[in-house]
Amino acid sequence: VENVRLLDRLSSRKAALGTLYLTATHVIFVENVSETRKETWVLHSQISSIEKQATTATGCPLLIRCKNFQVIQLVIPQERDCHDVYISLIRLARPVKYEELYCFSFNPKLDKEEREQGWKLVDLNEEYNRMGIPNNYWQISDINRDYGVCDSYPTELYVPKSATAHIIVGSSKFRSRRRFPALSYYCKDNNASICRSSQPLSGFSARCLEDEQMLQAIRKANPGSDFIYVVDTRPKLNAMANRAAGKGYENEDNYSNIKFQFIGIENIHVMRSSLQKMLEVCELKSPSMSDFLWGLENSGWLKHIKAIMDAGIFIAKAVAEEGVSVLVHCSDGWDRTAQVCSVASLLLDPYYRTMKGFMVLVEKDWVSFGHKFNHRYGNLDGDPKEISPVMDQFIECVWQLMEQFPCAFEFNERFLIHIQHHIYSCQFGNFLCNSQKERRELKIQERTYSLWAHLWKNRANYLNPLYRSDHGQTQGTLRPQMAPCNFLYKFWSGMYNRFEKGLHPRQSVTDYLMAVKEETQQLEEELEVLGERLANLQKSQLNDDKVKSKQQDRSKQLGLSTSNNSLANTPQEYSNDLKSFPSRSPSQGDEEDSALILTQDNLKSSDPDLSANSDQESGVEDLSCRSPSGGGCLPSEDSGKDSDEAVYLAV
Amino acid sequence: MEFAELIKTPRADNVVLHRPFYLAVEGTLCLTGHHLIFSSRRQDNAEELWLLHSNIDSIEKRFVGSLGTIVIKCKDLRIIQLDIPGMEECLNIASSIEALSTLDSVTLMYPFFYRPMFEIVEDGWRSFLPDQEFELLSSVTDEWRLSCINKEFSVCPSYPPVVVVPKSIDDEALRKVAMFRYGSRFPVLSYYHKKNGMVMMRSSQPLTGTNGRRCKEDEKLINATLRPGKRGYIIDTRSLNVAQQARAKGGGFEQEAHYPQWRRIHKCIERFNILQESLIKLVEACNDQSHNMDRWLSKLEASNWLTHIKEILTAACLAAQCIDREGASVLVHGTEGTDSTLQVTSLAQIILDPRCRTIRGFESLVVREWLQAGHPFQQRCAQSAYSNSKQKWEAPVFLLFLDCVWQILRQFPCSFEFNEQFLIMLFEHAYASQFGTFLGNNENERSKLKLPQKTMSLWSWVNRSEELSKFQNPLFEANSLVIWPSVAPQSLQLWEGVFLRWNRPSKFLDEAHEEMINIIKYNKELQAKVNALRRQLAEMETDDRMQENL
Repeated sequence: VENVRLLDRLSSRKAALGTLYLTATHVIFVENVSETRKETWVLHSQISSIEKQATTATGCPLLIRCKNFQVIQLVIPQERDCHDVYISLIRLARPVKYEELYCFSFNPKLDKEEREQGWKLVDLNEEYNRMGIPNNYWQISDINRDYGVCDSYPTELYVPKSATAHIIVGSSKFRSRRRFPALSYYCKDNNASICRSSQPLSGFSARCLEDEQMLQAIRKANPGSDFIYVVDTRPKLNAMANRAAGKGYENEDNYSNIKFQFIGIENIHVMRSSLQKMLEVCELKSPSMSDFLWGLENSGWLKHIKAIMDAGIFIAKAVAEEGVSVLVHCSDGWDRTAQVCSVASLLLDPYYRTMKGFMVLVEKDWVSFGHKFNHRYGNLDGDPKEISPVMDQFIECVWQLMEQFPCAFEFNERFLIHIQHHIYSCQFGNFLCNSQKERRELKIQERTYSLWAHLWKNRANYLNPLYRSDHGQTQGTLRPQMAPCNFLYKFWSGMYNRFEKGLHPRQSVTDYLMAVKEETQQLEEELEVLGERLANLQKSQLNDDKVKSKQQDRSKQLGLSTSNNSLANTPQEYSNDLKSFPSRSPSQGDEEDSALILTQDNLKSSDPDLSANSDQESGVEDLSCRSPSGGGCLPSEDSGKDSDEAVYLAV
Repeated sequence: MEFAELIKTPRADNVVLHRPFYLAVEGTLCLTGHHLIFSSRRQDNAEELWLLHSNIDSIEKRFVGSLGTIVIKCKDLRIIQLDIPGMEECLNIASSIEALSTLDSVTLMYPFFYRPMFEIVEDGWRSFLPDQEFELLSSVTDEWRLSCINKEFSVCPSYPPVVVVPKSIDDEALRKVAMFRYGSRFPVLSYYHKKNGMVMMRSSQPLTGTNGRRCKEDEKLINATLRPGKRGYIIDTRSLNVAQQARAKGGGFEQEAHYPQWRRIHKCIERFNILQESLIKLVEACNDQSHNMDRWLSKLEASNWLTHIKEILTAACLAAQCIDREGASVLVHGTEGTDSTLQVTSLAQIILDPRCRTIRGFESLVVREWLQAGHPFQQRCAQSAYSNSKQKWEAPVFLLFLDCVWQILRQFPCSFEFNEQFLIMLFEHAYASQFGTFLGNNENERSKLKLPQKTMSLWSWVNRSEELSKFQNPLFEANSLVIWPSVAPQSLQLWEGVFLRWNRPSKFLDEAHEEMINIIKYNKELQAKVNALRRQLAEMETDDRMQENL
């Protein structure tokens, strides 16, 4: 642990003086202000770049950019210290062995059994059973049981019944990295399915009988339709260029009954630089509206998001409305294919819009089908050209859908942001490595914990208060508006400016409604208890009445007089009651008091992992928005004091 | 003039109405003096569309054979299309609509003919009188007085008959100051900040001209608002360049030499045709069906609408900041003091004063800072985004203000008693209405038109509980603090409720809103039930105890 005094400059805020610590897993900055001792934790695995800037009179500035879009600017008084920190961080941020990652040292104090339970939370066999598989058309295949056919595929795959082992192996030899067509989603109602694969090795003229039979088998598994769509998610030009390398796309003439379709989603390199450009815009110091909109436009980011959505919408429509099966591929079938298949599934099946279902979806289309998490998110030091925000884009697609269908998702924005965080954090084992094979070799399940169990335990924080399973919006296929719909895609400041709290709405509707719902639940319970007590009292009074039948006249009189009495008391009592409820301030009404504290505790305990970025604080802040006189608006006042002042005057 | 003369074909059958997101409907079209009425003849689901002629911004006609098509573009930004069989009928109807939607006499407007179908509980014309407002003020300070100097609108034609000015300044001095300010709009009180006694005043530009004319009374007037030893801020809503140019035309700005206790800050809020063109471009972009994602963002950018929003909000935040944080008094003006000045003073009050975030308080703000302050509604709102005729005085100044309020509302969704619908309703009525509230350009014109006697006030209608319930924000919890909005580009958004209102399906968003209301309603019901039960239990328990005591 190095002990350096330094300045912390978060965006344009006033600098805070404090101490910087480097641990094996975190960079920790502790403010010197003795009452608060505000801490900023950053996981090494979150660091995407470190920049040492020219030394100034005040010291040596160090800029740390994180993969969860946090930007930290430090000024270290001594050039030498700064250099040491810089060198250490460069090494720490780029581990070379999986064992160096945080998840191997992270211990949430759960016993072995709890850990195993956690890993069992999401079970893909169960999921395919839920879809209605195996059935007459589809079966499970163990052809890849020791990863003998395809090392980036899982051991258990679902294929058409009529596809023999010979066909599968033959087809796999004709597909890039042997990623043969396998089932991603099956629609029970009309037998239409979504299958996925990599590109065929067709070159300019090659063909493969088994591969043709494989596609035929997929078509036959949907007796209601006489053709299948083959969707190549690449731009046509890219696909054609691949032919020169002996790869390419399906020739409609060779395959019977396919309809071939290009959907131009750009490759990982274009996406990487697009995100880079957008982040540059987000980082601008007090940009003008034009700077911002131009930058956003030039980054092309929202255009790419729309392309992915359009592909998903096309497939969902083919399956739900036309009842036609679809085979999706891109080049290797692990990036764009994963995006598009999961967006389509999300549109088609309400289950995937629940919290549990979403975990299953990620596990199915991303984790099990060999999305290269390690390469894409740079967990281990590797080729920077392999890094690309593929999953980030999928998560944003979900958010864009949540904006358009506010009641359709069981989870809220925070859920998505936390998943994004953990794709990079390496705190849990779920997203380690590039394939199931690698994860098994590393014995991930025995040595690390599952994110899903962690999120599930804290699910109360991730609920969308507007979700109701019986709501019309929740049912069936989601049909986003197609055209003109460009304006429906919006910049997601909750994600990309996640740490600039000042930019976000100061009061959160979601948190407000969550608190109301929690109070409602307590009221329901209290109502029940009160009802019981009332019933008991009435019963005992009735008994009393029987016993004291002689005194009945008198008790009647009494009853009258007491009720008169209480009437006189009513205004006071009433207003007391009124006060204790609607004015949700913690000082009044013991029930709410505890309720508020409870949720705050929940929030705190739920986020130990995210303490990495002092997120607990925001949770509490947001929640306390509810009490009008409470801290809710203090942050806004505070921010008004420093940051905004600068902003208004500067412009 | 009889409207009948303008209506050659009062009725056409077999007309087909097209609207985005609705199936085409066939029905009958009727024209009356003030309305275009379309009613579908379907027995099962009769549907009627009533459109005020004054809501029509522009009309286009085209023919395919004898089938005529009229495209009607409204000031509330809606576009509808009517297919009318018969060339003559179509031509007649089109020319009638054109004539009726561009009547030049105010007294022919619908508010003079409208008879309310509801019971008037409270006369909105008398809901927000300056005396009441001043009473509130005098309960906290005695440094100000009501001056009736403008009783006959003789000093300043665009000011109301009574204004609030510093107590130490007499009417004679006011007359001299009026001579020194453009349009005689001398500095008057706009807002008093109870927390620290600081004030916001507004006026028009001083008439310094090129030779640096000064007016001792003007200096004395605004200095009267300063505490001893304190400085104040003058927020000029024009850039320094524009303000300097204004001197050539006899206008100008306060020279440091003559106003040593004041620090002048220039902001750059656009006016007139620049704003109008911005609106036209924005609405064009929103209605464009063809563009791809890229062009949408660059068109949004090119419209500059959000840039204007950012400028206005920033200036308002600055004014609020000077008052609340710096503890300084503020004078706001631009050129005339009827447009950007009012945007700044009214938004600053929303930031500072919780009362302005209630329904009643906001209405009072609109009356005070817009209607009585002499924002020329009739000129500014004569045409909206679809108008072909280039007229000089149109500008979406009030719409920009409402948009800014919406931006703050979006950032503080629990701090406003009203909802987005309330703001949209005000936008609609400012441009076309059955009520007289937004007619005329100032109080002077309104009194000449005898609007309070001859027309109904919008507030009479809105402030009835049936209507109010539509405009209440279910999330509202009184927030007594100053609310500081963010003006960063990431925090400002296109106001979809207005600009995409007719181009997007709103079903899912409406459902979400309904769900929100239900959640809160259910919570309140339970609270009431629990309270009732608690009371009942308490009664029975005392009852029991009394019995035991016996």
